[in-house]
Amino acid sequence: MKPPAFEYEAPSTVEDAARLLADGGDDAKLLAGGQSLIPLLNLRFAAPSLLIDLNGVLELAHINEAAGELRIGALVRHSAVAGHALVAERHPLLAEALGYVAHPQIRNRGTIGGTTAHSDPAAEVPVVLLMSDARVIAHSTRGQREIAVDDLFVSIFTTSLEPDEIITEVIIPDRHVEPGTITGSSFQEFARRHGDYAIGGGAAIVELDAEGICRNARVGLLGAGMRPEESKAAAAVLENSTLAEDTVREAARVATAEINPLGNVHGDVQYRREVIREMTFRAVMTAANKAKAGTA
Amino acid sequence: MKRDIEVEVNGNRYRRTVEPRMLLTDFIRHELRLTGTHVGCEHGVCGACTIHFDGEPVRACVMLAVQADGHSLRTVESLAEEGQLNRLQRAFNECHGLQCGFCTPGFLMTLQPVVDAGEQLSDDEIRDAISGNLCRCTGYQQIVDAVNSALAPSQPDGHASTS
Ligand SMILES: Cc1cc2nc3c(=O)[nH]c(=O)nc-3n(C[C@H](O)[C@H](O)[C@H](O)COP(=O)(O)OP(=O)(O)OC[C@H]3O[C@@H](n4cnc5c(N)ncnc54)[C@H](O)[C@@H]3O)c2cc1C
Ligand code: FES
Ligand code: FES
Repeated sequence: MKPPAFEYEAPSTVEDAARLLADGGDDAKLLAGGQSLIPLLNLRFAAPSLLIDLNGVLELAHINEAAGELRIGALVRHSAVAGHALVAERHPLLAEALGYVAHPQIRNRGTIGGTTAHSDPAAEVPVVLLMSDARVIAHSTRGQREIAVDDLFVSIFTTSLEPDEIITEVIIPDRHVEPGTITGSSFQEFARRHGDYAIGGGAAIVELDAEGICRNARVGLLGAGMRPEESKAAAAVLENSTLAEDTVREAARVATAEINPLGNVHGDVQYRREVIREMTFRAVMTAANKAKAGTA
Repeated sequence: MKRDIEVEVNGNRYRRTVEPRMLLTDFIRHELRLTGTHVGCEHGVCGACTIHFDGEPVRACVMLAVQADGHSLRTVESLAEEGQLNRLQRAFNECHGLQCGFCTPGFLMTLQPVVDAGEQLSDDEIRDAISGNLCRCTGYQQIVDAVNSALAPSQPDGHASTS
């Protein structure tokens, strides 16, 4: 249960970190909060030759408001994202989802860049980023590029980042809201104990107009397969409806009809599919009720 | 390559030379001989190793000693006040918040900031606060009782509230 030997560097700028990563080759790894990577080292599931610790790269620890978007530095801790006033105001679903991420001690270390790069289909934040049309900035000695998270998340623990790229920022655009509508959102998951990785979950953002008609919907699924998932088909069922219970049940059924959750000792495939369906139903109903309460 | 680090722990400065692979738990226990910080799972699940890193509760088993260079830590050894158990520790004692005591340092370090904040919490909120700490003995109820007791306003003849 001890990490294998590795070299360690603690750069203080993104430039230095990028150079170390480029020179370090395939066996070099970035260390952010360490809340996923260090357990993997302790269990000897990973054996990097070099760890490049980003914790001293203070330029990655900001949350900035830019034109129509929020830019969150990769090193911002889960607890800081969840507690930030702009996040609460513009992306309440992200703050709500972070409440389900692990435990307080882990949220004090884990970072938004880390959970995004880790690409775990059971992680809450990637699902919300997908539903929010977020992008990341990937930086290397070769320059930098923007990647939509939909293109970033390839499979379980696999992203489209090149080995020499560092995520420096996560960018979440402000939601485009039609005038006269009210938005509600909700994240629902089932875990044996609060903070543990969930058996499954669902998330929803719905936009209701003054007549109570759903103008826009986003439906996200937690733990539904090899990557964070969004169901456009479920959103299509919800849009232009009044979000009556039957419609929402149908949307949850459509969302989960073809998913293949990874079964394990905590729940087999069929059980997880049912949990995700029920959580998705509850998420849409709760989001709708929040929006309606706002309309009233 | 070994590295020289300087760390402040419980108000004392320590200089040591460590391998990058040394976990912060092993540094605290074996290099500094502060064995109050316990090690249960060594992969971030049980919370027994909770310490304060620059004032915030973290799990020391998923941090490296080299990462503590230039930082300030507190361990369970820092809680007692002038050789006497502090209010939270007394509450654990009086409410039977521990049996074997293996998990206790982690619970105390997780809960000390909660008690310091001084806000009254519901039982559900207390359970949420301790969700990252495992205890195989108490069944948790006595720990919840201890937190309630530590948070209760002082009474002249109260339990954990007397000084
Ligand atoms: C007991 C326990 C329970 C947990 N429960 C949950 C949970 O319920 N939900 C959940 O979502 N998470 C959970 N986590 C994981 C936690 O949220 C992690 O913090 C997160 O997944 C990874 O973030 P990190 O900053 O710790 O990354 P690290 O562990 O430091 O890194 C993870 C990976 O990302 C890479 N990386 C990190 N930063 C960057 C970057 N800027 N650019 C490119 N690559 C990078 C690293 O090289 C590594 O491969 C849990 C962890 C533990 C120990
Ligand atoms: S020993 Fe650190 S969490 Fe279990
Ligand atoms: S008192 Fe024994 S594990 Fe908690």
